[in-house]
Formats: sequence, structure tokens, C-alpha cells
Amino acid sequence: MVNTVMFWIIAALTVIPALSLLFARKAVHVAMSVVLVMVGLAAAYVTLSAPFLGMVQIVVYTGAVMMLFLFVLMLVGVDQREDLKETIKGQRWIGLLAAAGLGAFLVSIIGRVTLPTADTMPSGDPEAVAIALFDRYVLVIEVLGFVLITAAVGALVLTHTPRLRPRKTQLEVQRDRVRVGADPVNKPMPGVYARHNALDVPALDPEGKPIEHSVSRVLEIRHQTQEGAEFRAALEDPSRKEGDR
Amino acid sequence: MDPINFVILASILFAIGAAAVLLRRNAIIAFMGVELMLNAANLALVAFSRMHGEIDGQIMAFFVLTVAAAEVVVGLGIIIAVFRARQTISLDEPAELKG
Repeated sequence: MVNTVMFWIIAALTVIPALSLLFARKAVHVAMSVVLVMVGLAAAYVTLSAPFLGMVQIVVYTGAVMMLFLFVLMLVGVDQREDLKETIKGQRWIGLLAAAGLGAFLVSIIGRVTLPTADTMPSGDPEAVAIALFDRYVLVIEVLGFVLITAAVGALVLTHTPRLRPRKTQLEVQRDRVRVGADPVNKPMPGVYARHNALDVPALDPEGKPIEHSVSRVLEIRHQTQEGAEFRAALEDPSRKEGDR
Repeated sequence: MDPINFVILASILFAIGAAAVLLRRNAIIAFMGVELMLNAANLALVAFSRMHGEIDGQIMAFFVLTVAAAEVVVGLGIIIAVFRARQTISLDEPAELKG
């Protein structure tokens, strides 16, 4: 028999985060909730006397699979909007009805049957699992090896992009930059020629004029820059001290 | 408490996963729904293993886990490939094969 309190804790830990699959807007939130579901399922396995499988569940699902999902989410951009326009009319209600009907059907059928529970607990410790895996199911293990190798090669093939044109050398990159009229040399570092060694202060050219584009564009957007002209005034007016700023 | 309750829990999780696959347009979220369905099946297998007192159900769940890991790798590879070609992961966008 299974501990009743444990069952309800596991039920809450799996069903409530799983609902975020339907209602959460952001994909990252969904991924983190599914991680919680996987932890709950691992606890269920341990409760059902399968401790090895529970540990494997945590390692494989929360540790590897869901982190892979997160990697892909970051790769495609977390702000990918989900369009709410329905391609098929009424698809949302039909889908919801179908899924709810499936759930109600399964629950009602399973709730009606009574199956005898064996008194002997299956031993799910690593030793018993290993004996079963490498004795009766050794052929399946070998086939699974092929499946994993195929999956790894398939992932490599799917994500491989062949290089269509030869790699640009440094010289060609530089020529392209000059051709479009960009500065042939690097921009001056902000703060280098100024009295301040700070990134928000524009550099001064040899004539003492501030070079506005030497300050990072990000700081300009955030309005966190210092005016170059203000600095020049401070330099020309010896009565103002540097510490006033 | 009878282990059959875990089978009921598994069927609820399966229904939630199926609803996610049917309703969501984001390919990654729909894919997580598939994962949830696989895990619900696993939970049912482990619960049946407990009820029978045999370890075979756990071994089957272990195999499902392995195949699911392989499936995730290939599925995410496909999502990446589609994203590279179309800059979107919406499931409704690639409708060019529609007759």
C-alpha cells in the first residue's frame, strides 16, 4: 500500500504545474513548471518502490531533457510570440473538449476497475534493475544503443549548416568596411582622452572636441551618458573643480 | 492507498499533455505536451509494476525513458532546422504543403 499523504502531495506537485502547459503565456515558465512535474513524478516512482527509476528520472528529465528545452528556447528567442489567430475555426474549443473527454473517459474507466495488489513489493534497487536489464532484456538494451546513436547522428545532421561560400579573411572584411564608408580604424575608446576614465564620458579628439559616437549606443538609449560639451566647459573653467561632478 | 490511484493520476496528466498538443501553437510547448504524455505512460507502467509485484513494468518505463530522450534530441533538432529556415516556431506557419 502507498502512503495517502504522499500520494496527495505528488498529485498536487504534478497536476498543478502541468496545468501551466495550457495557461502559461511564456515558454520559459512552462519549461520550469514541467521540471517541477518531472520532480513530482520521480517522487512517485520512489513511492512506488522504484528508487533507481526515480533517480534516473531526475537525472534524465530535469537534468538533461528540460535543460535541452531551455537551451533551444534561448536559441530561438524567448520572446517568440504565440499567435492566437485560429487557423481552423473553433479549434480551441474542439481541442479542449476532446482532451477533457479523453481525461474523463480514462478516469471513469480506471476508477471502476478493481485490480488486486500483490503483497510482494518489486525490488527496484539498481542491482535488481541491472539483473533484469542485462539478463532478460539484453537484446533490447543493444537495440536501444542503436536508437541513441541514430538520434545523435540525426541531431548532428539536422543542425548542420554547410558553408556555402568561402570564409572571409581579415583583409576582405577590412576592405568591405572601407567600401561602405565606415571608419577604417577602430572608434576611440570612451574616456581615454577625457579626464575621466569612465565609459559614459565621450572621448576627446586631439583638438579637445568630444567624439559623440565613442560612447556606447546602449548607454545613450538609457540616457546614462555625460555631455561632452559640459566636460569641455569644466576643463576650460579652472574655477570649477573636478570633484563637483 | 491503492496504487491504482497513480494510474488515475497518470491518465489526468496524459489528458493535460494531449490538451497542450491540441491547443498550443508554440512548437516547443506542444513538444513538452508530448513529453508529459510519455511520462504519464511511464507513471502508469511503474504503478502496474507495483501492483503486480514484478520489476518488468519498471524496465519498460526505463526503455520508454531512453526512447523519449532520443526523441527529444531529434525533435528539437527539427525545431531548430525549421526556425533557421523560417524564423518562427509557430506550428501553423509551415502550411505550404497544404492542398
